[in-house]
Amino acid sequence: MGVAIEVQNLNAWFGKSQVLQDISMKVDANHVTAVIGPSGCGKSTYVRCLNRMHETIPDAKVHGNVQVGDIDVYGSGTAAVDVRRRIGMVFQKPNPFPTMSIYDNVAAGLKLNGYNNRRELDDIVERSLRLAALWDEVKDVLKKKSGSSLSGGQQQRLCIARALAVEPELLLMDEPASALDPISTGKIEELIFQLKERYTVVIVTHNMQQAARVADYTCFFLMGKLIEFDKTEKIFTTPSDKRTEDYITGRFG
Amino acid sequence: MRTRFQQGLDDLKANLLEMGGLAESVIEAAAEGYTRRDAAACQIVFGREKAINDAERHIDGIAVDLLAMQQPMASDLRFILAVLKINADLERVGDQAVNIAQRALDLISGPVLDIPVDVPRMTTAVSTMVRRALESFISANTEVAEAVLQMDNVVDRMKDEAFVTLVKQMEKDPVNIRFYLDALLVTRNLERIADHATNIAEDVIFWVRGDDVRHGQGLVKAAELEREIDDRHSH
Repeated sequence: MGVAIEVQNLNAWFGKSQVLQDISMKVDANHVTAVIGPSGCGKSTYVRCLNRMHETIPDAKVHGNVQVGDIDVYGSGTAAVDVRRRIGMVFQKPNPFPTMSIYDNVAAGLKLNGYNNRRELDDIVERSLRLAALWDEVKDVLKKKSGSSLSGGQQQRLCIARALAVEPELLLMDEPASALDPISTGKIEELIFQLKERYTVVIVTHNMQQAARVADYTCFFLMGKLIEFDKTEKIFTTPSDKRTEDYITGRFG
Repeated sequence: MRTRFQQGLDDLKANLLEMGGLAESVIEAAAEGYTRRDAAACQIVFGREKAINDAERHIDGIAVDLLAMQQPMASDLRFILAVLKINADLERVGDQAVNIAQRALDLISGPVLDIPVDVPRMTTAVSTMVRRALESFISANTEVAEAVLQMDNVVDRMKDEAFVTLVKQMEKDPVNIRFYLDALLVTRNLERIADHATNIAEDVIFWVRGDDVRHGQGLVKAAELEREIDDRHSH
């Protein structure tokens, strides 16, 4: 099952430049939250702070509290590797391991975690590919074809399957459909809708119609600040803040 | 800025205002047909009603295109939804004016009677409401829209009073019941127009503030507004 997220006073920097300022929000379990805002507003940094990816960049710094289910993400006794295992992430550009087979791509995370029971692996690979709505398209070539031989949309679903295989509690998606055609985008969006039964999903998107279609909640970031966070229907019909209104109606700047 | 989208919104607004002007003109013409027993004025109503219907289709077309091609959000989305609803209300105003003109023609075919109902005053009230509702749309002014909501109660009361008066008149002069019934239907049509003006005002409030204020509003300023109607009526 998905878990709730509670962020308190989250601040982030690249060197001396502060890119997130005092972000606080609570996200319910098993809901999809979209993060929108103009380029450079901090939305990608925000989701990268949720699974401690931000700190992998030299000079990057984070302050604040992030609670994901029972994980105190920045707690002193919490290992970043453990956080990233329990919080899956899918990126803008599909990044399957190019030379690995489809099967090995999905099983990679599990193998790294010491899984070697063949039967269990087979089951998890099948279940993950089914959840990612890719199983029917690849079931006959699982070990014959490499990840990079798939189409862009299939590769992205493969990456989603890979993220799901380790049974994360939270799934982060950073513009997962921005490089895909409308059919593949539709499949990813449908998949997000299905996934929220089992996971909490946070998705960064530049496409506001996509946010409106897939998200239960939407938050609007501007210059490192969280301007507004509300139900998606409220944000896209009657936003409270004029800056949100200006952004979503295209009158920004 | 989204120039093409803004042009579309401006186009929508201009067309709706033109249609509003037509709707206002048919209310006046229908009332004149009734008050002055003027069959030519009634014919004007029938002619313009067709133009209103054409305008309704045209405005719907622009709105649907904007929804499909520009995916409007927030106040833009509310604006287009409001225009679609106001458009339908204005078309219904045209229909009500036609009904009034038909009753007027029937009255003209009969004897000249002393009908003790102040239809001109009621018409002034109703056309004030429509005008004010359209003004609130032009200027995105919710205070004006709220005033329209309150005026609706004044018109409702006029209609109720007319009903009592006309029923008494029918009892007194049963030979001419048909013509008193015409007058009664005219007051009912006018009251319906006031309802459409109310809807328009509610849609303006929805567009501007995002609030749904349909079905029930305060009466605070009713007396003040009644004075305004009296003033306009006497000029």
